[in-house]
Amino acid sequence: MFDRIIRLLSRYGTTFLGGLGTTLLLALISVGIGCILGALVAMMRIGRVKTLRAIATTYVEIIRDTPLLLQLYFFYFMLPDILPQLKLSKFTCIAVALVINSGAYMAEVFRSGIQSIDRGQTEAARSLGLSSRQTMLRIVLPQAFKNILPALCNEFVAVTKETSLASTFYVGDLMTQYQVISGKTYLVLEPLIIIGIIYFVITFTMSKLIAVLERRLKEDD
Amino acid sequence: MTDFSQAPVLIRVEDLHKDFGNLHVLRGISDVIHKGEVVSLIGPSGSGKSTFLRCLNRLEEPSSGHIWFDGVDITEKKINIDLHRQKMGMVFQHFNIFPHMSVIENITFAPVLLGKLSKAEATEKAEQLLSRVGLLDKRDNKPSRLSGGQKQRLAIVRALAMEPEVMLFDEPTSALDPEMVGEVLDVIKQLAKNNMTCVIVTHEMGFAREVCNRVLFMDEGVICEQGSPRDLFDHPQNPRTRDFLSKVL
Repeated sequence: MFDRIIRLLSRYGTTFLGGLGTTLLLALISVGIGCILGALVAMMRIGRVKTLRAIATTYVEIIRDTPLLLQLYFFYFMLPDILPQLKLSKFTCIAVALVINSGAYMAEVFRSGIQSIDRGQTEAARSLGLSSRQTMLRIVLPQAFKNILPALCNEFVAVTKETSLASTFYVGDLMTQYQVISGKTYLVLEPLIIIGIIYFVITFTMSKLIAVLERRLKEDD
Repeated sequence: MTDFSQAPVLIRVEDLHKDFGNLHVLRGISDVIHKGEVVSLIGPSGSGKSTFLRCLNRLEEPSSGHIWFDGVDITEKKINIDLHRQKMGMVFQHFNIFPHMSVIENITFAPVLLGKLSKAEATEKAEQLLSRVGLLDKRDNKPSRLSGGQKQRLAIVRALAMEPEVMLFDEPTSALDPEMVGEVLDVIKQLAKNNMTCVIVTHEMGFAREVCNRVLFMDEGVICEQGSPRDLFDHPQNPRTRDFLSKVL
């Protein structure tokens, strides 16, 4: 089996690398934009405007209570349907769906982080004359960020692994390449082991990096 | 005892009410605070003194009534309260120091962000303030290394860095270990001596008697009695004041 893995690697190395690239790109997009979206939605959820609060809550609940695969299908068919003039690629539709999915989970992480900060911090900042926006950006979020780092790390890892569902639509991620290669070579376990190791290395590195960051921030205290 | 009735009015409160749902915490408070006055608010817990203080800079939104600060009605919905808060320093029972900033950043942060001072000016001012309260050697420490008394002194100078016209103290020594109460009160005394207008919610009767020009006794959401410390502590007129003082003195 080992020599077959080596042969697969030498023959389809670039294919695996291409898959790795796409997976990383999808992960980066859904984690990065999902983070920003999540932070915004979290603000809406704890904000004072009732309609925004209702919209944010509905969004989070719908996304959390339906399967990701269903959401992927939904956006895959819905987006080109309602925005035909944009000529969206498969990849874009899937990326949008992943962002919207991870945004909802990130929103919950951010919300719990923001609410974990003592009200006194906000009061002290407001009493100095800071606006609520300045207070959020300069006082609450920096402290909340430190508290949510472990939960955020879990989200990053989960999102990265979930990009594998995108292979249902053949967008060229690692899991897609597995299907391609195993279709060509009639090998199942070997390519699976290879992409398994690649996934492991990505997520393991990510959690280690975040652990380092976490330790750094702690030393700051 | 200095007479402040001729001094300019800094804060005028008129028929202030505050309720939390069914709980009517403030039931019509009116008072005038003159520039340079040091006023303490005393009374049993739940009497509304902290709520009254927190209404003065609208950390607590009054339910009705008016507060004029420097001639401006700050209970108006349209005014930008942030601008007025810059001129009202506040010190809290639990210090509320920003833990993610160094000692000196805690002080320079707001004046620089709000465009009141340049970074260099703010740093110079912060160093002056820190040495005034004996914390200059802690300049670059993280606040978590400070004792409670040191944190509270830092909180006071953090507020002073904005050059406020009035300082509001919400039970500034209640969360401190007994041996640290003195060092914080000394800083407030210094301020009072330098004619800073102060409003202080406190349980330190000795301090109120020594430092304040005027003492307000509150109970059940109203000011029951007020006067100079000597009058109020030695010759209380209202039976509720007498009852309270007999328990705490």
